[in-house]
Amino acid sequence: MALKGNLRDFSTTQLLNLINLARKTGTLSIQTDSESAQMSFREGKLIYAYMGNNNGNHLAQILQNSGKLSAEQAQVIQSHAEGKSDKEIGHLLVTARRVTQNDIIQSVRQYILDTVYKLFTWGEGFFRFDANKLPGSGYITIPIDLESVIMEGSRRLKEWEILQDELPDLDVALRFTDRPDARLRNINLTVEEWRVVSFVNPRNSIRQIAKANNLSDFEIRRIVYGMLQAGLVEFVNQPKPAADKKESAARPQKGAAEPSPAVKRSVVVRLIDRIRGL
Amino acid sequence: MQAVKMVITGPFSAGKTQFIGSVSEIDVVSTERKISSVAEKVKESTTVAMDFGRITVGDDLVLYLFGTPGQRRFDFMWDILSQGMLGFVVMVDSTKPETFREAKRILETFESYASTPFVVAANKQDQEDAWEPEDLRIILRLRPEVKILPCVATDKESVKNTLLELLYSILDQLDQENGN
Repeated sequence: MALKGNLRDFSTTQLLNLINLARKTGTLSIQTDSESAQMSFREGKLIYAYMGNNNGNHLAQILQNSGKLSAEQAQVIQSHAEGKSDKEIGHLLVTARRVTQNDIIQSVRQYILDTVYKLFTWGEGFFRFDANKLPGSGYITIPIDLESVIMEGSRRLKEWEILQDELPDLDVALRFTDRPDARLRNINLTVEEWRVVSFVNPRNSIRQIAKANNLSDFEIRRIVYGMLQAGLVEFVNQPKPAADKKESAARPQKGAAEPSPAVKRSVVVRLIDRIRGL
Repeated sequence: MQAVKMVITGPFSAGKTQFIGSVSEIDVVSTERKISSVAEKVKESTTVAMDFGRITVGDDLVLYLFGTPGQRRFDFMWDILSQGMLGFVVMVDSTKPETFREAKRILETFESYASTPFVVAANKQDQEDAWEPEDLRIILRLRPEVKILPCVATDKESVKNTLLELLYSILDQLDQENGN
């Protein structure tokens, strides 16, 4: 089944969260009126990304951008690279001692990350995820954990409305997820984010954490949103939606959820039998 | 005569009226109005107060199915309809990612109304563009114990399966409360 939609309704952050948690393998293509991008994933890890047209042959350009090759060197390599894949070019450059294998890995990694970070600023564009579609064997792929990428993406969020929608209630508490693969140690957190992490506790509401750290509503929402999307934390109690809160004054008797109506087990069993027989 | 009630909720055009119509023994009593808004003109009419369906279980027991209006401006009806419900179904149109955020909001609102069991029906699973139920689970941030069921609201067997899964959840909750 396809995974299609528009970034207007479903942000890059949310897409990466889905791919990460569902450990998806495949390629995500995004198309706007003027630009296009593709990102590939293997079992929930980002392995490749590029903007515009790609023929799997742009290693020389990447190494030039990272300062590992001069413009002249890159041009010479590019002119001799006809028909060769990035992997073959990389192998030749390492054999010729022009660059090290580590230079290539770090440069490609940075290129992939820079590409993905640009996508966080795209507010509109059609996306499509093709399961199991991966770059060819000639491409250089680098596995990158998505949690850090999601955290960085959330730092770039500027839309108050999205955060307000995703996190309407600051009076709920957070706890760390039980996910065994949540790797807090591998994620690059800012000082502010670490301070928030140190207050995550079912006894502390988000509002209390913000107050303790002198953070505005926008700042705390942005940090918590990133941590939620990266799968690091979860709500202790589901937050009340914004609309419900507004109406609470009109419905003072509806403070807590009502219990189930008293109904006998035999009644439910009869309902089951009836619906089975429909 | 004992009457029990289930609520079918979800965003605009999620398939709630069709869902009830697939199993109701009476024609669905709908309070529909023609849609005037261009933005909402994906169907001819929409539910403004509620839909109503019925399944008679015996001389002494009847199940009522209430469908909520999907548009935000009619959400004052949700609270009224949720009172005394046995459980609820949240319908999601799996082909419309633009409605997923609204589905999450509705789900959270109904959860705050009553601590009754509920299931999520990932509707329109027969269509090519449908998102997989397990992807919807992540997007809607459903807890592992909440059932998300593939559904086609026009297919009676599919609707029966959704209602049965809800009833099994209700039964489980009753057993837990009674310490069985």
